[in-house]
Amino acid sequence: MSAVIVIVAIGLLGVSGLPGLFFGPRSPVGERVAATLVLAGSILGLGAAFAGMGKTAVFARSWAVPGGDLALRVDGLAAMFLVPLFVVSSLGSIYGLEYWAAREHAADGRKLRAFYGLMSAGIAVVFVAHNAVLFLAGWETMAIAAFMSITTEDEREGVRHSGYVYLVATRVSTLLLFAMFAVLHAKTGSWDFAPPGRPMDSSAATAVFVLGLLGFGIKAGLMPLHVWLPGAHANAPSHVSALMSGVLIKTGIYGIARVCSFLDRPPIGWGVALLLAGSVSGVLGVAFAIGQHDLKRLLAYHSVENIGIIIMGLGVAMLGRATESPTLVTLGVAGGLLHVWNHALFKALLFLSAGAVLHSTEAREIDQLGGLAKTMPRTALAFLFGAVAICGLPPLNGFVSELFVYLGLFHGLRVDSLWILSAIGVPALALIGALALACFVKAYGAVFLGQGRSDRVSHAHDPGLSMLGPMALLGVACTFIGLVPLAVEPVLRSATNSWAPELAPAASPLDVLSPLRLLSAAGGSLLALLAAGAVLVWRAPDPSRGLTWDCGYAAPSRRMQYTSSSFAESLVGFFSWALRPSVHGAAPAGLFPSPTTFHSHVPDTVLDRALIPLSSAGARALRWFRWVQHGNVQLYLVYILATLFVLILMGR
Amino acid sequence: MTTEPILSPAVHVLIALIFPPLLLGVINRTKAAFAGRQGPPLLQPYYDLFKLARKGSVLSTTTTWVFRASPVIGLATALLASLLVPFGGQESPVSFAGDLILFAYLFGLARFFTVSAALDTGSAFEGMGGAREATFACLAEPALFLGLMVLVKRTASLSLTTMLGTAVAAQWRSAGAALVLVVVSLFVVLLAENCRVPVDDPNTHLELTMIHEVMVLDHSGPAFGMILYGASLKLFALGALVVDIAVPLRTGNRAVDLGVFLVGMMLLSVVIGVVESTMARLRLHQVPSLLVAACLLSAFAIVLAARG
Repeated sequence: MSAVIVIVAIGLLGVSGLPGLFFGPRSPVGERVAATLVLAGSILGLGAAFAGMGKTAVFARSWAVPGGDLALRVDGLAAMFLVPLFVVSSLGSIYGLEYWAAREHAADGRKLRAFYGLMSAGIAVVFVAHNAVLFLAGWETMAIAAFMSITTEDEREGVRHSGYVYLVATRVSTLLLFAMFAVLHAKTGSWDFAPPGRPMDSSAATAVFVLGLLGFGIKAGLMPLHVWLPGAHANAPSHVSALMSGVLIKTGIYGIARVCSFLDRPPIGWGVALLLAGSVSGVLGVAFAIGQHDLKRLLAYHSVENIGIIIMGLGVAMLGRATESPTLVTLGVAGGLLHVWNHALFKALLFLSAGAVLHSTEAREIDQLGGLAKTMPRTALAFLFGAVAICGLPPLNGFVSELFVYLGLFHGLRVDSLWILSAIGVPALALIGALALACFVKAYGAVFLGQGRSDRVSHAHDPGLSMLGPMALLGVACTFIGLVPLAVEPVLRSATNSWAPELAPAASPLDVLSPLRLLSAAGGSLLALLAAGAVLVWRAPDPSRGLTWDCGYAAPSRRMQYTSSSFAESLVGFFSWALRPSVHGAAPAGLFPSPTTFHSHVPDTVLDRALIPLSSAGARALRWFRWVQHGNVQLYLVYILATLFVLILMGR
Repeated sequence: MTTEPILSPAVHVLIALIFPPLLLGVINRTKAAFAGRQGPPLLQPYYDLFKLARKGSVLSTTTTWVFRASPVIGLATALLASLLVPFGGQESPVSFAGDLILFAYLFGLARFFTVSAALDTGSAFEGMGGAREATFACLAEPALFLGLMVLVKRTASLSLTTMLGTAVAAQWRSAGAALVLVVVSLFVVLLAENCRVPVDDPNTHLELTMIHEVMVLDHSGPAFGMILYGASLKLFALGALVVDIAVPLRTGNRAVDLGVFLVGMMLLSVVIGVVESTMARLRLHQVPSLLVAACLLSAFAIVLAARG
C-alpha cells in the first residue's frame, strides 16, 4: 500500500510544473498549481514514508523494458532518505513562489518549475528503485532536470560554465554506474539493486565497491570528486541549491550505503577507505569553504565537508560490519544517516536564508554585505540557527549526529585492530568542527553583523511569509531534533535494521549507547540558563548608547571593519598547500607609494588547476579528430548504430 | 564513594560557582611575587566582579542583540561545562557516555557567540581578536580531543566522571609516560583556551597583539563582569581536567579528596603564574607551532597508551 502511495506522490511531484506551461509566463496560476501539487505529493509521500517505517513495501509489475521487472521497494533505508526529499522539496517550492515569482521571472519561471518537479521526482525514483534500469532512469531524469534547473539563468556566462561542468561530471558518474551494474549483473545474474548478502567473490565485490564509490562519490561531492558542486550550487536559484545540496547529493550517499550493504561481512578495507575518504573530504571541504568570498559558494563547499562527516559515519558502520561489532554499526549508521537529515535541514535553511539576502541585496559577495541583522532581523536569525546547527554545536541537531559519529569512533578506539583509525578520525572530526565554526562565524559576522560594507545593504528588508515560513519551519525542525533526539530513534533503528539485518538482533539500542534523554536534559538546562541570563540582561536598566569604543577612535567607518578575507587569512595560510590561493596586487613601496589594489581568491584546486588544464591539453591533442564532430544529429545516430553493430558482432 | 545523592551535586555546584575567581587572584599574586611587588589582594577578582555588577554600561549603536547575548551564553555554557567535570574524583552532577564531547562543544558554542559579538561592533581590533580566537581554536580542539582519547583508550570509558575517577591512579602505574604527555598537552590547551601567556597576554597594553581581551573591548558594566566570571569558570573547568589527571590521589573520603583537589587547583594557578612570569608571549605566528606540538604530544601518548 505505502509503495503505491509513494508512486502517486512521485507522480504528483513529477507533473507539478506541467500545468503551468499552459498559462501565460507572468500568470500566477501555474506557480500556485505547481506549489500545491508538490505540497500534496510531499504530504502523501511523508505519510507513506513514516507509516511504512520498520516495514518493507514492494511494488513489482512486469514491463516491456529489458533488464528485469518494474520494481520499487520502500524499506527503512529508502524511507530515511525520502523524508528529507519531501520536506525540502515542498518547502523549496513554497519559497519559490516569492523568490522566483512568475511576474518577475517571466522568461525562465515556467521552465524552472517544470524541471524542479521533475528533479524531485527523479530523486524519489532513485531512492525507491529496486531494479537497475529503473534506478538509472531515475538517476538520469534527476541529472538532466538538475542541469536544466542550474542553468535557469543561462544568459549569464558563469551559469553556463557551471552547468557544463556539472553535465560532464554527471555523465562520468553515470558511466561508472553502468560499469558497476554490468559487473553486478555478470556476477549475480540479476538486475536488482538492493538485496544485502549477495554471494560474490572478493575481486568482483571490490570492483563493485570501487566503481560505486567513484560513481556515487561524484554525485555526493566527495573530495576530490566534488568539482561540479561549488559552481552548480552557487549559480542555481537558491531553492534549487537547497534541494540539490540538501537532497540531490544524498543520492550519492544512498548509493554508497546500498553498495556497502551488498556483503554481509565486507573486507575491513572498505570501512578504512570510507573513513579516510570522509576525513579528507571533511577537512578539505571546510578549508576551501573558509577561502571563499561568495556566500553561496561557501555554503556549497560546506556540503563537501558534511558529506565527509556522513561518509565517516558510514565508514564507522562498515568497520563495525567487518569486525562484527553491532555497537559500531548502530552508532555509525545513526550518525551518518541522522546527519543526512540534519544536513538537509540546516543546509536548506542556510541556502534559503542566503537566497533571501541575495533577493534583497542582489549581492553574493560577502565583503559587500554587512549589518543585515538590523535590516533583515528574521533572515539573520534563520541564518544564525543554520550556522550554529552546521557547526555541530549544542543544543541544535548537528551536535546530535556528530556526537554519534564521535561515539562510534571512540568505541572503535577499544577495538585493537581499529584504534589507529579512530586516532585519525577523532582529531579530524574535531578539526572539522573548529574550522566550520571559524567559517560560519566569519560568514555570519561579515554578512549580518557590524556595519553595511556597501550601499546595497541600506535598502535591504526581510522577505515575505512564503519565504520566511519555510525558513522558520526548517529552524524549528533543527531545534526539535537537537532537543528531542529520542524522537528520531525509531527512524534510525528501522534504517539500521534494513541496512544490516544480520546484526539487528545483537545490536544494543541507540538510547543505551547514547543517553538521548540526558542530551535533552542538557539541552533543556542550557536553554533555561540562557533564558534566565537573558531576563537578567534585558530587564537591567537601559544602557546608554554610543559609538563603538574601539580604543577611543572617534570616527569609525564601515571601511575600517575587519573583512571576511582578513578574518580567514591565517587559516587559508595554514591550508595553502591545498588551497593554492592566488593573490593579485602589489604592496605599497617607496616613500610616496602610488595607489595600489589587493585582490585574493581561492580557486578550486582540482577543477581549475588540474582538470581544466588537463582537459584543454587533451582537447588540443585530439583536434585531428574534430572532423568527426560536426553537430549533425543524424550522423551521430549513424555512429551509435554502427557502434552497436560492431559490439554485437564482437559479442558473438 | 559515599552516597549522598543531594549533597554531592550541591557541593559540586557551590565549588564551581565560588572558587573560579580565586584562581585569578592566585595567578596575579604569583606574578606579583615574581615581579617583587606586593600585588592585589587574593580576593581582588571578586571585588572587581561586584564593582562591575553595580556599574552602568554603554552599548555601541552598531551592535545588535547578539552583542548583548554573548556574555550570557559564555557564562551559561561555562557553568554547564563545569557540571560535567568531576572534582577530585567525585561524581559530577551530570555524567553520561559522551559527555566529554558535550564539554568541548559547549565551549565551541561560547566561542561562536564571543567572536560574533566582536564582529558585531564593527571594530577592526575586535575583528582581529575574533579571527585569532577562531584560528587558534582549530588547533586547540584536536589537541583537546587527542588528549581525551588517551584516557578513553586507557579506561574504556566515555564519561568524564569514570574516566577521571578512581581509575586514574591505576593508569599512572600502567601508562605513566602517556599520562605525563597528556598532562603537558592539556596544560598547553588550557593556556591557549584561556588566553594566557605564552599564547595571549591579558595584561598587555597593546590591543593589536591581544586575542581575548581585545574581543571584549566594547563590553562594559555587568556584561563585562559576566564575561570575566565566565572566563574564570572556563579556566576552572579546564583546570579541573588537568588537575584530575595530574593529582590522582583518591582516598575515598569525600572531604579529603575535595581538599586535595582544591589544593591542586591552587598549585595549578601558581604554575600558570610562574609560566606567565618567566615567559614572554610568543609571536602570533609561532602560536600554531605550540598548539601543533600539543597535538603531537597527545598523539604520541596514544601510541604509548595502545602499547601499554
